[in-house]
Amino acid sequence: MRYKVLTAAFAATMAFDFAGAAAAANLEVIHWWTSKGESAAVSQFAKAFDNDGHGDKWVDSAIALGETARSTVMQRVLGGDPPGAAQFNPGRQYEELISGGKLLDLTDVATAGKWDEVIRPKAIGSACLVNGHWWCVPVNIHSNYWAWYSKPVFAKTGVPEPKNMADFIAAAPKIKEAGFIPFAIGGDGNGWQIQLLFQDMVTEALGVAKRDEMYTKKSAEIAGGPEMKGVFTQLRALKQFTDNGYANRNWNDTTNLLITGKAGLQVMGDWARGEFAAAGMTGVKDFGCMIGLNEDKPVVSTDGDIIVFFKQGNADVEAAQKRLAVLLISPEVQVAFNNAKGSMPVRGDVDMSTADPCMQKALKAVEDPAKIVTATNRFITENTNQQLNELVAQFFADDSMTADDATAKFATIIGNSD
Amino acid sequence: MQKSWRQRFHLPAVIGTIPMILVAVGVFVIGIGFSVLWSFTSSKLFPTYDFVGLAQYRRLWADNRWLVSVNNIWFFGLMSITCNMVFGYLLAVFMDQRIRQEDLFRSIFLYPFAMSLIVTGLVWQWVLDPNLGLQETMRNLGWSSFSFAPLVDANTAIYALVVAGIWQGSGVTMAILLAGLRGVDEEIWKAARVDGIPTWRTHVSIVAPMMKGAFATAFVLQSVGVVRVYDLVIAMTGGGPGIATSMPAVYVIQLITVRQNVGQGMAAATMMLLPVLIVLALAGLVLWRRNRVQEAGV
Repeated sequence: MRYKVLTAAFAATMAFDFAGAAAAANLEVIHWWTSKGESAAVSQFAKAFDNDGHGDKWVDSAIALGETARSTVMQRVLGGDPPGAAQFNPGRQYEELISGGKLLDLTDVATAGKWDEVIRPKAIGSACLVNGHWWCVPVNIHSNYWAWYSKPVFAKTGVPEPKNMADFIAAAPKIKEAGFIPFAIGGDGNGWQIQLLFQDMVTEALGVAKRDEMYTKKSAEIAGGPEMKGVFTQLRALKQFTDNGYANRNWNDTTNLLITGKAGLQVMGDWARGEFAAAGMTGVKDFGCMIGLNEDKPVVSTDGDIIVFFKQGNADVEAAQKRLAVLLISPEVQVAFNNAKGSMPVRGDVDMSTADPCMQKALKAVEDPAKIVTATNRFITENTNQQLNELVAQFFADDSMTADDATAKFATIIGNSD
Repeated sequence: MQKSWRQRFHLPAVIGTIPMILVAVGVFVIGIGFSVLWSFTSSKLFPTYDFVGLAQYRRLWADNRWLVSVNNIWFFGLMSITCNMVFGYLLAVFMDQRIRQEDLFRSIFLYPFAMSLIVTGLVWQWVLDPNLGLQETMRNLGWSSFSFAPLVDANTAIYALVVAGIWQGSGVTMAILLAGLRGVDEEIWKAARVDGIPTWRTHVSIVAPMMKGAFATAFVLQSVGVVRVYDLVIAMTGGGPGIATSMPAVYVIQLITVRQNVGQGMAAATMMLLPVLIVLALAGLVLWRRNRVQEAGV
């Protein structure tokens, strides 16, 4: 009798174990969220997934620098060993993964979760909704169109806080005299930070409509026009106010120059705010923000991050992948993640009462469709993107290259882009 | 006289080299074949067989970064090979003076070659970084106007790479040339001394020509190192500032992995192969002619 009970208990445990092992899965997620603010944010995802009640486990693969992380993912896919999930920026970076049939179709969970209704603005959802199927989960909205400045540096120098880039360039010599680095930037990863600055300046100079026309029609005429020459001239002016340690610096070390009161201003997406927040600073008294590089022309862009899931040929793993997808977009996880990250949630039905003055500016601008800038990545492939990186970084590093020369090269790249 | 098949191909030798032959054919010939094949296609992320002729080559030679890379490799190659040979030879001569602690010195000079370039490149980057390295140290010591930051200036970064290349390569050149020097018969030195020839003259006119083999080995080793230089650039500058220190190998990897443009990357790889093939063909021709002359002599 006793023997029988034990056997039954043993069998029950076995069955339980077996059921548990069959349903739960470890998912490796490759991303490039490696700074202090970013890792605080991504740990919210990991925590939610580890505690989802199915025994799943988030296996974190953080790889510093976007282009390195993305190329690692591509090599893994080509080698037939794709990770469970991976981060990309919304746009054309993963279009060949979709057409090559490498991604898990999320349409069933998206329909069940009414993603097409809760995700706003529509432009964010359209990065994942291709040919009527959902191929990825948008997790945040980042705007690349921000300049951040250190309030103490401006106060100590005695110059008024800037309202646009022209203001700043006029004030920069005084900041330099006072012993600060006026303009902080970094040149790592093929110069992507310089291109981010450049793209912000392009939109400010051309206006949203003309800029969109240039990228959609691949217009070499607009790309070679006088406004573009003006952008390159301004870029050269800004270069003179940087320090010579910029060459290999990453973005969060650059933000750190502002946090520690060594530098005046940085142009960076709003993930920089996550870095300020992780250092315990607030947007009220420690740092200021200039939306769209010009307070009179506020714009926000629909950049950000999306997560793709790779086909694994295993029903249990794919079920876990879909559980993670649902979790990433759930209201609680969205709030926790985006508060730490400094980004806007992708759904409009969440509580944003804790937003700081900078976020308020963005939330106001995002209501007006004319003030929404489509992310540059939507128009151009990674190939063109890197060509632009190289041109802008070369121009920034090499003072002997003229603005005319750079404008002509820019027009050639845009005209030949695919 | 024609040699028989058996004399030319010794069976145990053939069996012994089969693994090497398989690797050479499998990895090199087939791999290179696919590279060349894909360079004529419009392959992007995934290789395809959509042939587009020479379009990728036209795009390649219109790409600013590739042109900069080609210029850089010539400059880097000429500078570092010349300096390595000169310094290597001088070091070898110095080591050959029956100095004390020769083993110790040899280890010290060989050390840079034994370590991973990723590690040493990173150390170089830190030493030359204006905010952490030499410049900051000197300024903290009180020399506030001290300025030395070659890596962050587009015009000087390539020189910093050359210096690191010399630091890494001259030790191994020394080791090879030292072996060559030791192989020269002591009697020749004695004879030269009896004839009253100055030492430097003996080196230049007698000993150096006798070390042809050692020089050739060192030269080939250096050249191979130059063509595939990658890790040094990645660790020290990442190809920057801007694109100032890009090299062909860096370009190829960048195209294939980051830019997702396999076709153009393969075109660049094929262009890298071309000069190597020409040199090999020339060497083969010389060897073949010499063999024919020898066989005719027999």
